[in-house]
Amino acid sequence: MKNRAGQNSIGPNWASWFGLLTVLLVSWALFMVFVYVPTEAEQGIVQRIFYFHVPCAWVAFAAFGLVAIAGFFYLRFGQKIWDDLARAAAETGMLFCSLVLITGSLWARPIWGTWWTWDSRLTTTLVLWLLYAAYLMLRAMAEELPQVGRLAAVVGIVAAADIPVIVISVRLWRTIHPAVIITRQGRHGLEDPRMIATLLVAFAAVTVLWIWLLMLRFSILRTARRLTELGGGLAELRARLSEQEPKRGRQILDLQSR
Amino acid sequence: MDNLSYLFAAYSIIFAAVALYVIFLWRRQTLLDSRLRSLETQLSEIRDGLAKS
Repeated sequence: MKNRAGQNSIGPNWASWFGLLTVLLVSWALFMVFVYVPTEAEQGIVQRIFYFHVPCAWVAFAAFGLVAIAGFFYLRFGQKIWDDLARAAAETGMLFCSLVLITGSLWARPIWGTWWTWDSRLTTTLVLWLLYAAYLMLRAMAEELPQVGRLAAVVGIVAAADIPVIVISVRLWRTIHPAVIITRQGRHGLEDPRMIATLLVAFAAVTVLWIWLLMLRFSILRTARRLTELGGGLAELRARLSEQEPKRGRQILDLQSR
Repeated sequence: MDNLSYLFAAYSIIFAAVALYVIFLWRRQTLLDSRLRSLETQLSEIRDGLAKS
């Protein structure tokens, strides 16, 4: 679908190319997960959830980390671009954090015999999800308030403190959640090199997918903000013209068209 | 549900969720396109008004 500028209506041309790269990488990762990698001896076929579950967790942490960084820059410099970046990162982070919780639950049912347990890693991940759900609800409910960006930035920074807690939770507390990439003994838990290769490709695929979605959302938020400003300017111009200032109005229109 | 069903459900949910988010983004973009057209119409109305005055 093309707009009048000859670009895809979903976003500029870079989005199409990045989208194509995403499709190729995700297809490659799926081929490796379902065809290339051997079946794990103890857990069987359901262990293949792992190859997207772990990259989704990494991307969720990266996205929420970006919310905190962008929030800090927004508080420091006050530029709306950082606020838009934080919002786009929070939305995409919520998507991947939700996928971590859902795929983890689907993996836990056949292996642990339960959909959910109040394990330290699961609980801290749910807390992270709830914190950023609160962040997005704050943004949605108080969108018109001028200080919402600053409030959301503070929430985003505070909530990110949960990320290192999740990462070290399997070492801090007794837990049934496995530590696979680096085991509790400090070794890596994937013995077969094909498993490592598949995990690396899945990491690349999910990361590129996240960056693509993030850039699309960020681009839409920036465009929406510019259109709102333009709409405000146009309303002001209309008001001036209605006050019988046609000469001044014509000058403004000439400036805008340049 | 056997283990294959859990695997199928997990990957189906992943790609369904991503597809829904892309549809959400596409709808947002469509809304922006219509807002842009509305602003262009308003601008041309003002131009016409000025040209007549």
